[in-house]
Amino acid sequence: MHLTKEEERILKGELGEGTQKALELLVAIGDAYDAEEMIPISRAHAASSGQEGDLFFVELLAKGGARCKVPTSTNPVYDIKYFKSLFDVPKYEGDVARRVMEAYEQVGAILSWSCIPYLAENIPLYGETVAFSESSATPYVNSVIGAKTNREAAQSALAAGVIGKTPKYGLHIRENRRGTHLVKVEAALEDEFDYTLLGYAVGKKIGYGIPVLTGISRQPNTEELINFCAMSNVSGAVSMFYMPGFTVEASTVEEAFQGDKPKETITVIDNDLKRVYEEMQTTSGKIDFIMLGCPHYTLKQIEEAARLLKGKKIRKDVSFWINTTATAKTVAERMGYVDTIEKAGGHVVVDTCIDEPCWIAYIDKVGMTDSPKCAYYRRFREAVVSRLEDCVEAAVKGRWK
Amino acid sequence: MKQSEITLKCHKIIGGYGEGEALVSHEPICFYLTDPKTGVIRERTHELFGKNLAGKVLVFPSGKASSVVQIDGLYKLATHNLAPKALIVKDVETVLVVSAFLVKVPLVDRLEKDPFKVISMGNFVKVDAEKGRVTIRKSNF
Repeated sequence: MHLTKEEERILKGELGEGTQKALELLVAIGDAYDAEEMIPISRAHAASSGQEGDLFFVELLAKGGARCKVPTSTNPVYDIKYFKSLFDVPKYEGDVARRVMEAYEQVGAILSWSCIPYLAENIPLYGETVAFSESSATPYVNSVIGAKTNREAAQSALAAGVIGKTPKYGLHIRENRRGTHLVKVEAALEDEFDYTLLGYAVGKKIGYGIPVLTGISRQPNTEELINFCAMSNVSGAVSMFYMPGFTVEASTVEEAFQGDKPKETITVIDNDLKRVYEEMQTTSGKIDFIMLGCPHYTLKQIEEAARLLKGKKIRKDVSFWINTTATAKTVAERMGYVDTIEKAGGHVVVDTCIDEPCWIAYIDKVGMTDSPKCAYYRRFREAVVSRLEDCVEAAVKGRWK
Repeated sequence: MKQSEITLKCHKIIGGYGEGEALVSHEPICFYLTDPKTGVIRERTHELFGKNLAGKVLVFPSGKASSVVQIDGLYKLATHNLAPKALIVKDVETVLVVSAFLVKVPLVDRLEKDPFKVISMGNFVKVDAEKGRVTIRKSNF
C-alpha cells in the first residue's frame, strides 16, 4: 500500500502510540484487501460495547494519547449506576462498562451510546466516505443515505475515526457496490414488523451479498428500513441493498446491477414471511419480561408504545423495557410518552442494549420482543418474537397464547 | 519414520512468528463458540466439536459471526493464553484482521498451494508471517 510521508511518520510513532496503533490496524486491513492507498473519511461510528475485547483497544488508543480526528459516535454500553439499583451486575462487568465509556470520552468520541446514530447524532450525507460499524448502520448508511462504508468492526471504525482515513477497498470502490442477487418481493408488506420478517428472510436466503429488491409497492418509512437493515445483517451479511425507486443510489434495477446479470434470482412470498415468523416462536405461555428497542426505538415507535399502553396496567410480575437513545427519550419525555409508559408500569431506558452484560438477571427467564435480532443473542432462556401490539397484550395478560 | 518438509510462500496480513501442530477446519470458525478457559470448540454442529485449538496453527476457510462476538471470543482465549499460535486462512475479512491484530497472532493467506491440500491435521507447521513463509513438516511412518 502506498503511504504518504505523514502516514509513515504516524507508523513510526512520531505522533504518539495511540495514533500509531490505529494506523497499524488500518494498514493490516488494507494489506488484507490489497488496498493501494488510504482515503479520507468525514465521520465514523464505533460499535462500542461493554466487553473486554473492545475495552482493550479503546484503552490502548486512549492511553496512547489518540484523539478522534473526525466526528466518531458510539454504540450502546450501559450506565452501571442505573443498573446497579435494579439488578445484581457483577462488579467486574460493571467496571469494564465504566472503563469503556471513560476511554471513549478520553479519545473525544461523540457520547451518543446509540445504535442508530445516523438519525440524530452523526448523520452522513449522500456520497460521503465514512466508516460505520453496527449491523443496521452499515446497510442504512450505504443504501438509504447513499454514503459509502465497509462492514467495519468497532475497532476498525474507531481507528478510522482517529486517523480520519480508511483503506480504499470493498464498498469504497464503485464496482464492488454492484447488486448480486435479484429479490422479487411478492409478499404483502403492511407494517414495520413485515419489514423485520422481510429482512430476516432475505438475509437467510442470500447469506452474503448485495440484494436488489423489486415489487416494493410504496416508499418504506424510516423504521421499516432500519428493521430491514438490522435483520438482514443478523440472518445474513448484507452491507448494502437496493430498492430501486426508493433508495438513492440506483433508480433502476439495471443501474443497481451496473449492467451485469444477477448471480441469482430469488422470490419472497407471503409464505416465506410466515415461515420465518413461525420459526421464531420457540415458546408460549408465561412471559417474564418484554424487551423492545433492538435497534433503538425511534420517537415514533415510543409514541406507538405509549398509545397502546395508555390507560392499561402491565402485570406486576412482567418487566417491560423500551431501549432508546438519550435524544429520543428527551423529546419523548417532553411529549408525555414516557410518563404514559411509566404509569402503565413500563421503563424507557437509554444508552444500552440487550447484548450488554447488565441484563444478566434475565439469563434464565422467558422474554418477548418485536426483534429477532434481540432474541438471537440468547441473553435469555427463551424468546417469543411478535409485533409491538402483541408484546403489549402479553405484558398486560402476563402470558402469550 | 521418514520426515519431509516443504516451504511455501504466503501473504502476510498480521506479522510475527508462530509454530505448532496443525488443526484443520473446513468450516468457518467462530472464536466465541469455544470455551475461553480451555480452548475447546463447543459449537455442537461443527466438524471440530470437542477439539482444542489452544496453541495450534489453525487452518480454516474464514471467520464467521458478528464482529463483537468474534473479537471478544479470540480476545478471551488470548487472555487465558489459549489463542492459536498462528492463523492460515483462505478468505480474510475485516473482523478477522481486527481479531488477530488485537491478540498479536500472525495471520496469513494466499499460500502458493491450497492449504487444505498440503496441510493435514497434526502436521508441524511454522508460520513466519514477517518473511511470508509457511513450513510444513510431515511425518510418514
